[in-house]
Amino acid sequence: MELTLWTYEGPPHIGAMRIATSMKKLHYVLHAPQGDTYADLLFTMIERRGSRPPVTYTTFQARDLGGDTAELVKGHIKEAVDRFKPETLLVGESCTAELIQDQPGSLAKGMGFDIPIVSLELPAYSKKENWGGSETFYQIVRTLLKDQSNESKHTWQEEKRRPRVNLLGPTLLGFRCRDDVLEIQKLLGQYGIDVNVVAPLGASPADIMRIPNADVNVCLYPEIAESTCIWLERNLNIPFTTTVPLGVGATQDFLKELHEVLEMEIPQSVNESNNSKLTWYSNSVDSNYLTGKRVFIFGDGTHALAAARIATEELGFKVVGLGTYSREMARKVRPAAKALGLEALITNDYLEVEDAIKETSPELVLGTQMERHSAKRLGIPCAVISTPMHVQDVPARYSPQMGWEGANVIFDDWVHPLMMGLEEHLIGMFKHDFEFVDGHQSHLGHLGGKGTENINQGVKTTISNDSTNTSNNPIWTHEGERELSKIPFFVRGKVRRNTENYARQAGCREINEETLYDAKAHYKA
Amino acid sequence: MSGATLLKESGPKEVFCGLTSIVWLHRRMPDAFFLVVGSRTCAHLIQSAAGVMIFAEPRFGTAILEERDLAGLADAHDELNRVVKNLLARRPEIKTLFLVGSCPSEVIKIDLSRVAENLNIELKGQVTVLNYSGSGIETTFTQGEDGALKALIPLMPKSDQKKLLLVGTLANAVEDRLISIFKRLGIDNVESFPPRQSTELPSIGPETKVLLTQPYLTDTARELKNKGAEIIEAPFPLGVTGSTLWIQAAANSFGIDKSIVDSILNPLISRAKQALAPHVEKLSGKKLFLLPESQLEIPLARFLSNECGMEIVEIGTPYLNRDLMKAEIDLLPPECRIVEGQHVEKQLDRVRDSSPDLVVCGMGLANPLEAEGISTKWSIEMVFSPIHGIDQASDLAELFSRPLRRHDILKPKTLTSN
Ligand code: SF4
Ligand code: SF4
Repeated sequence: MELTLWTYEGPPHIGAMRIATSMKKLHYVLHAPQGDTYADLLFTMIERRGSRPPVTYTTFQARDLGGDTAELVKGHIKEAVDRFKPETLLVGESCTAELIQDQPGSLAKGMGFDIPIVSLELPAYSKKENWGGSETFYQIVRTLLKDQSNESKHTWQEEKRRPRVNLLGPTLLGFRCRDDVLEIQKLLGQYGIDVNVVAPLGASPADIMRIPNADVNVCLYPEIAESTCIWLERNLNIPFTTTVPLGVGATQDFLKELHEVLEMEIPQSVNESNNSKLTWYSNSVDSNYLTGKRVFIFGDGTHALAAARIATEELGFKVVGLGTYSREMARKVRPAAKALGLEALITNDYLEVEDAIKETSPELVLGTQMERHSAKRLGIPCAVISTPMHVQDVPARYSPQMGWEGANVIFDDWVHPLMMGLEEHLIGMFKHDFEFVDGHQSHLGHLGGKGTENINQGVKTTISNDSTNTSNNPIWTHEGERELSKIPFFVRGKVRRNTENYARQAGCREINEETLYDAKAHYKA
Repeated sequence: MSGATLLKESGPKEVFCGLTSIVWLHRRMPDAFFLVVGSRTCAHLIQSAAGVMIFAEPRFGTAILEERDLAGLADAHDELNRVVKNLLARRPEIKTLFLVGSCPSEVIKIDLSRVAENLNIELKGQVTVLNYSGSGIETTFTQGEDGALKALIPLMPKSDQKKLLLVGTLANAVEDRLISIFKRLGIDNVESFPPRQSTELPSIGPETKVLLTQPYLTDTARELKNKGAEIIEAPFPLGVTGSTLWIQAAANSFGIDKSIVDSILNPLISRAKQALAPHVEKLSGKKLFLLPESQLEIPLARFLSNECGMEIVEIGTPYLNRDLMKAEIDLLPPECRIVEGQHVEKQLDRVRDSSPDLVVCGMGLANPLEAEGISTKWSIEMVFSPIHGIDQASDLAELFSRPLRRHDILKPKTLTSN
């Protein structure tokens, strides 16, 4: 039994719903009690989709359990097929139905429909959402393509056509997937590479059948597509790329890898010009303030890994924490953390992540919505880089994460929560100016105005609450507090915390003016 | 009963399960904690229903069953014990701990009442451990509150005092307002259940007169009756008429002179009607379809048709308690159609066929209907908003007139649905 207050991932059938809802002409009959229908709102409210997921829930009740639930399941399957006329039917169960063992998949197969039926077995008590998504996509592809042979396959060179690739892995409720796909399609177009099938997002079963027409699979989101790519390589001889084009360097590497796999000459332009502003913005003098900014990174595997690379290589940050909630990705995240001299944080417990953030006291958190809340409590700026999805992560504007434009978006998203370089200098120069007295705020929306008080209060409460040995906490003297109040309010929380940490380490019982400067010297050193 | 047609429907449903009520109960009783004993689905449900709205550490959580818990029940009980003790060590401020049953815990037959009993012995009154079911195979949405309140009843002390007990979670401000009105009428001893602190339970006895504030408290009402309390029969305090009749019913049973009641309520009524007028103008003649979700559908339909002039196409309700709802149904226009239960697809077909101006529905259905050009209102807002009482009638009406106003403001041409 595991105690959770918040979870990063839903159960595996939510992953299956993400695949089903991403696709067209497919219907999913889910053996589940009525409460499980809440899942619809993930799509209609968080994604703001204008149509319901193609899911029929059996919504069985306690009184059905004594009777024949198998008949009930069959009734719903028949009704769903009649009403929705899908080209392919998915059948599965949620956690409760798994316990009553009706085996809806085999029931459906015995009903004599002339459409492919994909029976999903998603162990709800040991697996989670991304795994469920990956497994569902894999089962759909396998079911639809298992009879295809690859013997007469020709290469693009032989056929004298442009090379074709599939983009695999984007789904609804995935982080900015829709825009990423557009961006990568555009990018590949510039290199003379066509996109054959995008799946699961927007694909119908007929599109899945066309997957073998491509020369290469691009594994855009390994959480969802990796097992499918491996199967396609083994069984249909389609190789796949493993670099995820998140960030300038990774986009360049991705293009290189793809050209290699396609046995295609890389146009010189790939190395010379990159079409992202990130590189220049990062080199501009204003960005000097970013040097060595301490960042803490947590999210799904793909985005966390990419963030670590962008942070270190492209923005000049110092990564002080790196982790993921995805155990399936731990294998990749661990060595990446190690290369940064860190130990990867692999956990599903957001409180553990919050503690780790507190511990490392970073200047910026790159995390999920949960880290955004934790960071807010701690008074640290935060940018969201990963699922789980929140309505805020489905912006109206075009904002991919992948490719050149994605790198631009990332630069803005990560840097905006921080103060800009020139501002930071001016504040250093003018910090005693009356303009900077408490509560006054120029245009720094995220930290300003009313919110600031909350942030400071938040910090105070955290400090007074978090420590079990309260007696150990140093006390601020009047002078200490007065000196602290001279520090601009938006960094005050951090200074307060650092000073207290320092005082504890140094064994000071009291914090006065001098302790504050000692601490400052200590942390600058 | 009036001429309203009562129908039953079965089929695929689209309603929340009883776990959802934790979302408002945990705010009502900040010294309580709700621990769902369930699956990752249950955890995900309350998280999604509550949104990421709660910034503080939530006062609810889930003990997620894992593979090995399914294997042996004895272990599951031990495991739950361990989880509870961890939780209580971490959160010493918890005074009442609700163990909330879910579908999986019920199907594998974890005996939560036994776990609660053992824990109560061990914890020696430090924390009170209670249990109820919020499972989707037993309960829908608001019925979770019914279960939680029912679980508290055995702890209520006995009393022979004459008192009025308001039963059902209300917004604090609304509750204060209603209590002050009762005081003006001369009913001084008014308490509420659930209380604002889980440990300050009201006492109960044969002189307790119960006024239900919410229509979904079937089991709670029955248990209170078993404790000797008298349930005052009244419509529910939604809208001017409902609230007036509700207050009058209480005043009656306390033997308060009608002229006093009138002299206190009449000014409130005329002020409320005034405030209601602009909304009535907007709502009058508009077609309303209520899909089943909160069990508030019947009182809402009654208010919106009788006081706001809306035309009711259909009133869906997940469950119909004919006794508790009798006073309401009597007030409905005779041609009303009430459908208990649901076949969500057929119901949506009827929605489309009747092209209503407004649909009251669950969160999962709202945007798809909006995309079809049908304005909607979330049911769940009714359990979160302060809508009870005479003074709130116009606020309640506004919840329905706003989507219509919005519909008018936005130029249809500038909107495309996807
Ligand atoms: S319906 Fe049952 S399994 Fe689903 S969330 Fe509700 S209690 Fe949990
Ligand atoms: S309060 Fe704001 S940030 Fe939090 S869940 Fe609601 S919309 Fe999102």
